[in-house]
Amino acid sequence: MEDIAIVAFAQTPCYRKYDDSEPSMIMGLVNQIVEEVEIDRHQIDFTIAGSCDYLTGRAFAFIANVDGYGAWPPVYESHVEMDGAWALFEAFVRLQMGDIGSALIVSSGKSSPGTPREIFPLQTDPYLGAPLGLDPVSAAGLQARALLDSGKATERDFAEVVSRSRRDGLSNPNAQVGKDVPVEDLLKEPYYASPLRKHDLPPISDGASAVLIARGQRARELCEKPVWIRGIDHRIESHHLGLRDLTDSPSSRIAARSLGLDAGSLDVAELCARYSPEEIVLRQALELGDGTRINPSGGPLCGHPVMASGLTRVVEVARRIRGGEAGRGLGHATSGPALQQNLLCILEGDA
Amino acid sequence: MAERCAVVGIGQTKYDRCLPVSMDGLVRQAALRALEDADLTFADIDAIVIGKAPDALEGVIMPELSLCDALCAVGKPIHRVHTAGSVGGSTAISASTLIESGMYNRVLTVAYEKQSDGNFMWALTGGRSGGAGAGGSFAPWIRNYMRKSGAPDHIGWKVAVKDRRNGAKNPYAHVSQADITIEAVKESPMIWDPIHFLEVCPSSDGAAAMVMTNAAGAKRAPRPPAWVIAHAKRTELGVFPGRDPVKPVAGMECAKALFKKAGITDPRRQIDCAELYVPFSWFEPMWLEGHLICEEGEGWKMVDSGATEIGGDFPVNMSGGVLCSNPIGASGMLRLLEPANQVRGTAGDYQVEGARVALGQAYGGPSNYFAMWIVSSEPNPTFS
Repeated sequence: MEDIAIVAFAQTPCYRKYDDSEPSMIMGLVNQIVEEVEIDRHQIDFTIAGSCDYLTGRAFAFIANVDGYGAWPPVYESHVEMDGAWALFEAFVRLQMGDIGSALIVSSGKSSPGTPREIFPLQTDPYLGAPLGLDPVSAAGLQARALLDSGKATERDFAEVVSRSRRDGLSNPNAQVGKDVPVEDLLKEPYYASPLRKHDLPPISDGASAVLIARGQRARELCEKPVWIRGIDHRIESHHLGLRDLTDSPSSRIAARSLGLDAGSLDVAELCARYSPEEIVLRQALELGDGTRINPSGGPLCGHPVMASGLTRVVEVARRIRGGEAGRGLGHATSGPALQQNLLCILEGDA
Repeated sequence: MAERCAVVGIGQTKYDRCLPVSMDGLVRQAALRALEDADLTFADIDAIVIGKAPDALEGVIMPELSLCDALCAVGKPIHRVHTAGSVGGSTAISASTLIESGMYNRVLTVAYEKQSDGNFMWALTGGRSGGAGAGGSFAPWIRNYMRKSGAPDHIGWKVAVKDRRNGAKNPYAHVSQADITIEAVKESPMIWDPIHFLEVCPSSDGAAAMVMTNAAGAKRAPRPPAWVIAHAKRTELGVFPGRDPVKPVAGMECAKALFKKAGITDPRRQIDCAELYVPFSWFEPMWLEGHLICEEGEGWKMVDSGATEIGGDFPVNMSGGVLCSNPIGASGMLRLLEPANQVRGTAGDYQVEGARVALGQAYGGPSNYFAMWIVSSEPNPTFS
């Protein structure tokens, strides 16, 4: 496999409501990246974006995002209707071919114009699922209940995830939510989608993130501290909740195994745990131990720009490796109800 | 490039106004046919790439989530591409990249649309255009092409007659009009001046699939492979002053990059046939010029001379093209799949005799997305 590294990254803050357009968020990030690595935008060989038309409420909305990364003169470009982490996957695969040296990945989403709980039931099977209106929060509630019933977690465990994450959010300038709240106080809050409380849910966010990757020598030319991508894999589980063990994440485990992931070697893991119980499921499935710092950014519980939230996890890990806080880390992204689909990306600094 | 990519399985559903099958059934049927063609099963597949046009067309967000069971993707990587009308082409190219990267040995790619589950005209503009539709955007550009090139009115009619007659030879085609005449096209209602009703693509349901593998896999394939010789994609800004939407720079640069990679120096002579994305008849001469297959102003003359008919020196849309079947997300994949059919010698009644090198092209958006590939019956075709 070719050595490919993240050479630059950028993210917007997580906004409850970003008043300007999605392309304008993207443009700011792309400008920031090209200025940092001191290249002309047209020296980037391939660009790929991840976004969702439905969030904008308009078919073909992603076409406007091209304006954000500039396509004149024309560019070699593609788009996945998925979290930007999957755009990173496709770019990583593309660079393996060896004929091009660099790729820009951008991801963006604005949830503020709509009502996510009304929109996302359309993510479920259109014949049997969507008519029932099962939304992501309710699916997460079912998963939380399954965890409690199985004895794999308690409501206190959920609250501990929230307490730690929200406290970490205080030191993340891009976080939307940050607060120092003890577990005992959280447990006194009323249920929202039992057994979930409001604080077990992510905030509704607008935001974007972007990453520039490059092959071996080119990566060293473009930056002093490349963050090497040691592997990316993603796997999916059945769409039918009844066919899944919601207390486990076999798709994450398959991805980890195929990457040869040694959980003990990870200094940091940024998990796209949108609901506090998801973190517990992932930690157990990936066998993450005390030696691995989980979501030092605060994670999605402190800011969850849908479509960019997964790629932002990769950005947060890269940031810590570049900053010398970590040598090796894991970025995780997810899609679908109750962690149906999961992506793992292993990052490492120079030894 | 680490590995060569070969198409070893092709599968299609029938294309029709409304297929009485679920989306799951639709993609599964195309996938199973492609697997059968490759003498493989779902268990042999390492990764899956799906493509379709906007989620709003059927009202299903991120359909890979609900389709993964029908495609036996559980436990595997599956991802979804979306690049407007070119998406089927981009999806096939993305799948071939998975093989070429050396990371995956056997990849299944499926593209589909179930237009009968929604309303494209509504989805295109959120219901606000009052029915202007895609033709409403493209008609002025067609007028502009006619003005600049001096093409006579009957060129569009002639393309429509050719494609609809070709479609009659394709058992999967939605529209099949073996007896259509120039007169009938000319007399059909004007939809978006200068586009008549019979020069417009239909709204179709349908799915298309391909199985791709590397050189080792191609050796084991039961039927001849189609080798992917080169692929290219280009995108430009959709709207801005100074852009020529009739002959977009992205279309020319995409073709240049493609031909260069394939070693093609004289496309009209060295390419045996092509499938071009022609949703409205006039786009055939526009793309012949826009993709540098002929000189500017010569595209309509190629049509007029019969060069683009099966039996002509540069046959275009032998399958009947988008004018005969338009399952939007799959339409772009069909443009890349049909050239593979040609070089494998599996195109049946619309086979171009001795097709060795074929071009597939898809475009999307306001003529600002382009995806193309060249396939061949030979892994390393040489050109003289």
